[in-house]
Amino acid sequence: MTDNSKTLLELRNIYKSFGPKHVLQGFDLSVAPGQSVVIIGGSGTGKSVSIKCALGLLKPDSGEIYFDGEKQDSAKAVARIRERTGMLFQGGALFDSLKVWENVSFTLTQNQKMSRKDARDAAIETLKKVRLGASVADQRPAELSGGMQKRVALARAIISKPDLIFFDEPTTGLDPITADAVNDLIREQVQALGAAAVTITHDMASVRKIADDVAMLYDGKIIWRGPVDRLDDSGNEYIDQFVHGRADGPIQPSM
Amino acid sequence: MIFNPFAAIGRASMAAFSEIGRLAIFTGRVLLACLTPPIYLREFFSQCMKVGFFSLPVVGMTAVFIGASLALNIYVGTQFGAEQIVPTISVIGITRELGPVLAALMLAGRVSAGVAAEIGAMKVTEQIDALHTLSAKPERYLYAPRVLAATLTMPILVLIADIVGLMGAWMICVAALDFSGPTFLRNVWQENIYENVSVGLIKAAVFGMIIAIMGCYQGSNSKGGAGGVGRAATLAVVGAAVLILASNYVMTSMFADT
Ligand SMILES: Nc1ncnc2c1ncn2[C@@H]1O[C@H](COP(=O)(O)OP(=O)(O)OP(=O)(O)O)[C@@H](O)[C@H]1O
Ligand SMILES: [Mg+2]
Repeated sequence: MTDNSKTLLELRNIYKSFGPKHVLQGFDLSVAPGQSVVIIGGSGTGKSVSIKCALGLLKPDSGEIYFDGEKQDSAKAVARIRERTGMLFQGGALFDSLKVWENVSFTLTQNQKMSRKDARDAAIETLKKVRLGASVADQRPAELSGGMQKRVALARAIISKPDLIFFDEPTTGLDPITADAVNDLIREQVQALGAAAVTITHDMASVRKIADDVAMLYDGKIIWRGPVDRLDDSGNEYIDQFVHGRADGPIQPSM
Repeated sequence: MIFNPFAAIGRASMAAFSEIGRLAIFTGRVLLACLTPPIYLREFFSQCMKVGFFSLPVVGMTAVFIGASLALNIYVGTQFGAEQIVPTISVIGITRELGPVLAALMLAGRVSAGVAAEIGAMKVTEQIDALHTLSAKPERYLYAPRVLAATLTMPILVLIADIVGLMGAWMICVAALDFSGPTFLRNVWQENIYENVSVGLIKAAVFGMIIAIMGCYQGSNSKGGAGGVGRAATLAVVGAAVLILASNYVMTSMFADT
């Protein structure tokens, strides 16, 4: 299970601004192998930005990122973290010019040079794991519902058996039942792979279901981090306000 | 604050230079991806269909009308020896200038805009980020196949435009001006027909490259939703058209004594 003696991913003192907008201001996060960390926080606080920094999609203004002990400061190091991680984007980001199975097996055909026939079989196998039938394999992403697209994106993120998976709001926009099913899938697949996971969500039901640890992002920093069962007696008024979804409290609603 | 014209001019020219620099770096990276393996052949062939094959009607229509109207104009401006002069001038005008330039301008509208919109939409929906996380480089997977396809199919399109354009000229001459058809063709088939056509085809390849690169460049720089994608398409068409006309002038003067 969780091996705290090692860290797989570590972000240290990350700063990132867009022009005058200071998004991350001293952001820290560490994830152990096999650990599931959930990041919560208000809309627009920089949750997506923080994982884009971790994957080298955005360049932090300052700060250090380590993956499996290796400092992420060269194109080679960034290529290695990308080989060993999967990412589920907030909007799915499925390639709409490709069929569903081509999306799911993209890294197999493009990087591992698997034949198209084998890749298609592997894609159908992985689609089965996210409870999608073989009949969707030849459809285009645009023909699927939002929940099905999320599951296809989940399949694409896990097919290469990564050591670390990022989930950016995997349940947003889904009905409670589908959302719960997606949470179960995440939990189940992460455990099956023995992978670590970093999940961003606003959804407290998700948090309780998939988190080992919870971290709260506020004002560019992680202001609280602890095990999920401490969530209700954290003694932190920011956490309390967020968990109970109250408009009054130290956090101003962003309107 | 007092308006300082030098500061404004300085700022504008700095912005222009840095834009040119970014475009040059982008072009270098894409050309490197075009010239070194791996090349994504499936993407390349599907882009050849999109860029080349489906542009045939547009290019053909343009060429036939321009060929006919060019021949008519030359005829009107000629006092004697029209049967000799009209085909001789038409063939130079069509193969060296109008064929490649007009085909390229039509494709700037069709292909640059289409590529910029497609890549721009991929950018704003995070599909480009997704490519990166799946260890695929957009310059290899997206840009190189489009640039290769445009560069290699554009000369074929222009060759067809040349033939169709001369057919247009031939038709107007034979049907409306009572020229002799065989004489017209003999005058078209002069000794330097190969030079004229080759100059046009070299131009065509360069224009094809400009068209695809501008589409990819503007698309990959688009931001901010549907409005940003629309703006990228506009910038791609305008940029491609300006670069086509400018590089056409440069190449015309380079090849002036060929
Ligand atoms: N590429 C970018 N250019 C400019 N500003 C950006 C960019 N990406 C993010 N931002 C800004 O950074 C801030 C944080 O964005 P981010 O997407 O990380 O929010 P978030 O915490 O994921 O919110 P949500 O829960 O709504 O997804 C926002 O104010 C956003 O406007
Ligand atoms: Mg987000």
